[in-house]
Amino acid sequence: MKKRIIINEEYCMGCRLCEVYCVTQRSRSKDILKAYKGEYPRPVSGIVFEEKGPISFALQCRHCDEPPCVESCLTGALYIDDETGRVLHDGERCVGCWMCIMVCPVGVIKPDVENRVVASKCDLCIEAENPACVVHCPNEAIQLVEVKEKA
Amino acid sequence: MHYLIIGNSVAAVNAVEAIRGADQEGRITICSDEEVLNYSRPLLSYYLGGRITEDRLAFRDEAFYQKHKVDLILGKKATGLDTGKKRVTLADGQVLAYDRLLISVGGVPMVPPINGLRDDTTGVFTFIQLQEAKRLIDYIEQASIQEAVVLGAGLIGLKAIEGLLERGVRVTVIELMDRVLANTFDEEASSIIEERLAAHGCTVIKGDTIQQVKTKGKKVRQLILKSGKEISTSLLIVAVGVRPNLELVKGTSIKTDRGILVDEFMKTSVPDVYAAGDCAQGLDFLSKENAVIAIWPVAARQGKVAGLNMSGAETPYPGLFAMNSVQIMDIPTISFGMTTPPEGEGYEVLHNLDRVKSAYKKIVLRNDRVVGAILLNAVERAGVYGMLIREGVDVKEFKDQLLGDEFGLLVLPKEFRKHLVAGESFVA
Repeated sequence: MKKRIIINEEYCMGCRLCEVYCVTQRSRSKDILKAYKGEYPRPVSGIVFEEKGPISFALQCRHCDEPPCVESCLTGALYIDDETGRVLHDGERCVGCWMCIMVCPVGVIKPDVENRVVASKCDLCIEAENPACVVHCPNEAIQLVEVKEKA
Repeated sequence: MHYLIIGNSVAAVNAVEAIRGADQEGRITICSDEEVLNYSRPLLSYYLGGRITEDRLAFRDEAFYQKHKVDLILGKKATGLDTGKKRVTLADGQVLAYDRLLISVGGVPMVPPINGLRDDTTGVFTFIQLQEAKRLIDYIEQASIQEAVVLGAGLIGLKAIEGLLERGVRVTVIELMDRVLANTFDEEASSIIEERLAAHGCTVIKGDTIQQVKTKGKKVRQLILKSGKEISTSLLIVAVGVRPNLELVKGTSIKTDRGILVDEFMKTSVPDVYAAGDCAQGLDFLSKENAVIAIWPVAARQGKVAGLNMSGAETPYPGLFAMNSVQIMDIPTISFGMTTPPEGEGYEVLHNLDRVKSAYKKIVLRNDRVVGAILLNAVERAGVYGMLIREGVDVKEFKDQLLGDEFGLLVLPKEFRKHLVAGESFVA
């Protein structure tokens, strides 16, 4: 079964722990203090956090079945992982043309200009068992669920 | 079943992926007149500027063709098409029979007739093909070129300028219109780019064109402009535009207008022949008419839709609209659809200019729907504007938030937002 993140915006408290732990997971040290105090440039979080008044939610790559970013990628840097169906990004191939940013319907691919001029996006924490934002959300506003494979 | 694809760029690659999703057994042959495995044309400016090496131009590697069981015929031009016998003839006389044919041969650079400019004039280049880019680089290196002239300040011209400047070549650009990127941008956006060009030492000549090319032997030496201005140069890049390549369909009964006309299934007027990409004229989502939209995402989607229909999965092409994401002189820019609406036809324009950051945002609306946008130095979340255009979302209730830094899904009606982030794959 494929796993994807769902968002329950009603449960989101706006604490932004998801962002903190996303950055930590994407750091070299995987240590929260070192990630924030010792590593520069700091990794770009794979989360787009939206907040206004009482409404807030964390948004990350939807890992679409037919991702327009992969279709429009000039370099082949964006691809679908055969095994997991995740939409992954190879920073070595990326030139930072921002075609993916142009076509992503939910706007969750970011330019990572501080580190190198390449795109940056959620990979569902490929190196970890479960995505860091899901694990550390205190109120189940971000959940990992199993979804049906595309027929 | 034999699928024959002429051309080997992004439309072809997407067609292959689509065909293999439905048909693992059929034979797929790709035939291209270019020698290399494949390469991304928009990356040529990065290559010219030395930002990437030749080995990074490919957007699919050799394993892709093996995995999808594609027979590749490279370096051979398709010169003849007999749609009755369903055969394509190659330049060396080889004949390929097909059951389904995809024509995805792209565009050819336009070179306007100019006094004194001949086919064999040296030092004159176009800039959409790898071989030509390589010849250009060799020429710059061998002749130690310090200065160049670019004719045409559209996207291809500007990307060529950027590559030249990065190589340390000084550039003069000559544009017939009164501003650069006149087809893509509005006056404000053009002027920001023009300022940046000037800051990098590029001379911009507007409202003018080349009337005569003077040569020394065969080599370009001087340009006489319509205004009478004279410019000495030994390198001229012609970047006035690209037109659909109709060479293969000429003399067949396949209907063409500006490009090869295709229906919603990417079929041409002749059975079992499909077309996609820069050579095709398919549905424009905004005008609802057939138009040539020579951009990468359109070629990718058309190729995919063609592949699906060729292999039996009847799938209509939803139509896309013009959109470009181009980094120009390190300014990230994205534009969508209608960017400079005509006066008095019911369009509404919202814009915001941050002079300190040179950041510019413009949204074009009609009947409370987004129909176009320009984003300079402010491309984060750009795709959401594209989505609003595609989905035809009524933005009346949150119009005042469209330009804000906080713009995102939060401004959308809750139910629509939920549908958007969930999508079809979340049916548990």
